[in-house]
Amino acid sequence: MTNTFDKFLTFLFYRKSLALFLLLAPLLIWLGVVYLGSLFTLLIQSFFSIDSFSGVIKREFTLESYYDLFRQSTNWDIIIRTSTMAFTVTLVSAIIAFPIAYFMAMNAGPKLKPILYLGVMLPLWSSYLVKVYSWKLIMAKEGILTWCLERLGLLHVLDAILALPVIGGSSLSFSYIGMFLVFVYIWLPYMILPIQASLERIPKSLLEASSDLGGGPTQTFRKVILPLAFPGVVAGSIFTFSLTLGDYIIPTIIGNSSYFIGMAVYTHQGTAGNIPLAAAFSVVPIVIMMVYLSIAKRLGAFDAL
Amino acid sequence: MRSKWNLGSIGLKTATLFGFLFIHIPILIIIMYAFSTDEKTFQFPLPGFTTKWFGVAWERNDIWEAIALSSQVALVSTVIAIFLGTLACLAVYRSQFFGKEIISFLVILPIALPGIVTGISLRSAMSLFGIPFSTWTIVIAHATFCIVTVYNNVLARLRRSSHSMVEASMDLGANPWQTFRFVILPNIATALLAGGMLSFALSFDEVIVTTFTAGQQSTVPIWMLTEFIRPRQRPVTNVVAVFVILVTTLPILAAYYLTKEDEGRKK
Repeated sequence: MTNTFDKFLTFLFYRKSLALFLLLAPLLIWLGVVYLGSLFTLLIQSFFSIDSFSGVIKREFTLESYYDLFRQSTNWDIIIRTSTMAFTVTLVSAIIAFPIAYFMAMNAGPKLKPILYLGVMLPLWSSYLVKVYSWKLIMAKEGILTWCLERLGLLHVLDAILALPVIGGSSLSFSYIGMFLVFVYIWLPYMILPIQASLERIPKSLLEASSDLGGGPTQTFRKVILPLAFPGVVAGSIFTFSLTLGDYIIPTIIGNSSYFIGMAVYTHQGTAGNIPLAAAFSVVPIVIMMVYLSIAKRLGAFDAL
Repeated sequence: MRSKWNLGSIGLKTATLFGFLFIHIPILIIIMYAFSTDEKTFQFPLPGFTTKWFGVAWERNDIWEAIALSSQVALVSTVIAIFLGTLACLAVYRSQFFGKEIISFLVILPIALPGIVTGISLRSAMSLFGIPFSTWTIVIAHATFCIVTVYNNVLARLRRSSHSMVEASMDLGANPWQTFRFVILPNIATALLAGGMLSFALSFDEVIVTTFTAGQQSTVPIWMLTEFIRPRQRPVTNVVAVFVILVTTLPILAAYYLTKEDEGRKK
């Protein structure tokens, strides 16, 4: 038995392409059938329609779902709301992440560096749901944040912010600001690590050359460091943008119950049972991400991943 | 020269410090709340400390069922991911062929696209082909996005290790299986373990894709989500949250130490 197996392997060893094919086949079959197959099914279903009386899905090609999707202004609101949130979260994450990544890459010594790296990686991987929930505790009316602000005498600032139109609300955990805060919190590590990696890759000789040529710190930063770190920022932004676009847990738990793309998809397929519309809806983030990725590719983000 | 950077570096240090506090304090707060005597609200400061909720959680059957399901799913998904990921790595790392980059792209896609897309795709395929929900539908979904952690870890290790050992082994008359078993496998063992642990943590924590593929069954994250929306015993949820922190954090720490010496340390 073993002998035949050995012979078979040796046989393969001299037929490189066959061996290659056999090694790759399981993965390609799995991803091809399970994943790409499902994506394809999704696309097909988005061209089906649902009979509004019987609720039965009609398996005929039609653009009805897309027509339904784009006809209603509420759906546009959902798409715009989600994209705006994703964009704002990405922007603010980049602003907060940059100095942290910069410190990790440029200033931290060899002892501190691994500690900081672990300090960013651990929250990135640790439980998503628990992290969201912790903000529910923090932002609750009788919770820790209110207590801190009260001690600092800043409670009226919070009230003033919550009184703002659109982004305000009855309390932080029922407002866009709260939701925004949680998004930034959850995705921040996804932004820090690519920026740190791209900063890490800048040869120190370049910085010395810049200062030898008379460039001050500000000039060196603007003309050398920033352009070289930019692909890292774009790489990080892919994560923050894509993750915000598709998330439906945070808007469900935090916020004022206005819909986001993810929630709309979930509701249409679940309670409404309208898979074609849900499918059409989920094509929206795919298209947005495709546009985003093609821009990111041009900006050199894939070399920084 | 040095003094010019000083102002900036104080600012940097402060920004980094606050950044790290922002990332870490919420997790500490949740651990603290698991010991609160307060049952109804999220009152702060805590009215008192108790460990009784750990006991209450221990007695709850629904929690044990969710843990059992989550562990099963994570374990089977990880095994599938290790099998598929490692084979592909062996094919990819030293050969050039048409479409090689497509494979890396395919492996990343399930986590690069929004989770909702992966979820609804699998759901729509299951509904179209009339596949009933079961533990297996969750496993299929999880294995798909777990492959990437194994693939990336093992590939990074293979690229780093020198190929001359493999050649030496073949020159000395070992067959491919022996070479794999005694040369390649020991070389990639820790990377495999690390990839597997990350994959386990990833699966144990996944909620979005799971909500679409689980049907009536509850994994730990689904159980938690239900509790968030319709709380029954808030302190018990906090206890489960602490448990989840442990179950996901420990494999990540272990994976970190297993791959620490790797240069290309990426997830």
